[in-house]
Amino acid sequence: MALTLDDVKRVAHLARLAVDDAEAQVALGQLSGIFRLIEQMQAIDVAGIEPMSHAQDIVLRLRDDAVTEQDQHALYQSVAPRVEADLYLVPKVIE
Amino acid sequence: MHNATLKILSGDLAAKKVSSVEVVEYFINRINKLGKNYNCFITLDEEKSLAQARAADASRAAGRAQPLTGVPIAQKDIFCAKGWLTTCGSKMLSNFISPYDAYVIERLNAAGAVNLGKTNMDEFAMGSSNETSYYGPVKNPWDVTTVPGGSSGGSAAAVAARLAPAATGTDTGGSIRQPAALTGISGLKPTYGVVSRYGMIAFASSLDQGGPMARTAEDLGLMLNVMAGFDERDSTSLKRDPEDYTRELTTPAGLSAQPLAGLRIGLPKEFSAEGVAPDVAKAVEEAIAQYRKLGCEVVEIALPNMALSVPVYYVLAPAEASSNLARFDGVRYGYRTPEYTDLLDMYKKTRAEGFGAEVKRRILIGTYVLSHGYYDAYYIRAQKLRRLIAGDFTEAFKKCDVIMGPTTPTTAFKLGEKAGDPVQMYLSDIHTIAVNLAGLPGMSIPCGFDGKGLPVGLQIIGNYFSEAQMLNVAHQYQLATDWHQRAPKDID
Repeated sequence: MALTLDDVKRVAHLARLAVDDAEAQVALGQLSGIFRLIEQMQAIDVAGIEPMSHAQDIVLRLRDDAVTEQDQHALYQSVAPRVEADLYLVPKVIE
Repeated sequence: MHNATLKILSGDLAAKKVSSVEVVEYFINRINKLGKNYNCFITLDEEKSLAQARAADASRAAGRAQPLTGVPIAQKDIFCAKGWLTTCGSKMLSNFISPYDAYVIERLNAAGAVNLGKTNMDEFAMGSSNETSYYGPVKNPWDVTTVPGGSSGGSAAAVAARLAPAATGTDTGGSIRQPAALTGISGLKPTYGVVSRYGMIAFASSLDQGGPMARTAEDLGLMLNVMAGFDERDSTSLKRDPEDYTRELTTPAGLSAQPLAGLRIGLPKEFSAEGVAPDVAKAVEEAIAQYRKLGCEVVEIALPNMALSVPVYYVLAPAEASSNLARFDGVRYGYRTPEYTDLLDMYKKTRAEGFGAEVKRRILIGTYVLSHGYYDAYYIRAQKLRRLIAGDFTEAFKKCDVIMGPTTPTTAFKLGEKAGDPVQMYLSDIHTIAVNLAGLPGMSIPCGFDGKGLPVGLQIIGNYFSEAQMLNVAHQYQLATDWHQRAPKDID
C-alpha cells in the first residue's frame, strides 16, 4: 500500500500538526520508507492469536470513591500560557 | 573521587570521610569544567543541589542516613522534579517548571539522594542517538565525533565521563541499554511495572520503564532498591513485596571458584545474525567464554520472531505516542505559538513549532495506524505479533535462566551518520526492542572494545522479576573483569 501526499496532509490535520507542501513532501518520503519496514508484519499469519495490549496480565485497580487530590489549581496554572480568573484562556470557539 | 562508585561514596559518607556538600561541590565543579564537551546536561541548579546536600548531611548527623543519603545522582530530563525546568528535550516544554515530583524523584529525594542536574535526552525519548534533542546532540565521551546512543544519552555520557556517579534513565525500546552499551557503562531496564511511571513524561505507556544507569551492577541494585515500589498513581504499577535487589550479590571464595555454577545462559541464534559488527561479536563471544569459566552452561535458543520486533514496535510505540502527545496543545502548560487566528490554528502551529522532526514523524505514523480503516491492519496485527514475540521468550526461558547477546549490532556511530535515515536509526535498536514488547527486564554491561577503542555492551535478559539474579550475574562478571572500570582516555 503506497502513501500519498493527501494521506500525509489528512493525518497531519488529524494530529493537529501544521504542515506546508514542502514539509508534507519530505514526510511522505520518510514515512513511505518506515511503512516499507512496517509492511514486514503482513507476511505472518496471525489467525487465532489474541492481541497483546500489555506486558503484564493485570486488571485495572478500583479504589474507594473518595477525594484524594487537593486543590492546587493556582500551582498548576502557574505554568499555563494564559490564565484569567482561574480559567485557561483559548481563542473564542463559540460566537 | 570521580572514579568512586555509589557504593564507595556511600561508604565514605557513612564513615564521615567526606560530607555530601563536599561530594556535590566536587561533581558540580567537574561538570562546570568538562560538561560543555559533551552537552550532557540541560539544567544545573547548584543552589538546589547544595541545599539537598546540606539536608543530607544534617540527616546523617541526626542518625537518619540511608545508603543513598548524600550521593549525587543525575536525573534524565523526562522525570518531573518540582521547581526544576523539566523539558523532556523538547521546545514544547522548554518553559515548563514542574509543579510536582515524579515518583522516582520523590523516592530518591526521600532516600536523601541529591539531584545533580537534569540530563539531555532525545526529544520525548524518541531517538537512538540523542540527536533529536532541542538542546543539541550529546557527544560520546569515548569519541566526541560519535553519538552516545539514546534516548538516555545525557545520563549515559555523564556517567561515562565521571561527571556523575550514577543517573536515572528510561527505556521504551532500548533507551537505557543502548546508550549504556555505547558509552561503556551499566544500565538496567526493570520488568515492566516495577518502577512507577508517575511523573515520567509518557512516550509509549505500555513499554516505558524507568531504571538506573551507573558504572557497576552493585550500584544499579542500590538505586533500584530506591526507585522500585508500588504506586497507586500509576495504573500499571505492580503491587509486590519490597525486594532488596542486592540480596543475591555474592563474593566468590577464590579465583578458582565457580560462583555461577549451574546457571544456564541462552544464546539466541538471531543475535548473531547479519549486521552484527565482527568486533562486537568477538567481544560478546569472549564474555560468554568468561561466563563459562564462572561455571555457566551455554544453551542455544531460538527467538524466531525477533526480526518482527522492529516493525511491531514502530506501530505500537508511535500509536501510543500519538495519543500521549495529544496533551501538548498550548493550553495548560508548555509552549504556545505567539500568533494564531483561531483554536485550530493555535493547536496546529503550537504543535508544528513545539515538536521536532522525529516527534512529528512518530505522531504521524501513530495517527495513521490508529485511523479508520487501518487500525486492524496495523495496530491490532502488531498487538498479535507482540504476543508471538513475548511467547518466544517464554519458550526460551524453559531452557535457560538468562539470555545473552550483544546490546547493539555496532559500537557508537558517527554524529549525523544516521540522522537523515529514520529506518537505519530504528534498526539500531533491533536487539533491545523485543525485551520491551515482552515487558522483561534487560541490562547492558561493558564487555570490551572494538578496534577503534569504542565500548561494546553485553546484553543480559532475565525472566520476569529476576532483577536480583541478573544483577549478580553481571556482578560476578565485573568481579572477574575490569571492562566496567575503563574510562575514556581524556578522563583521568
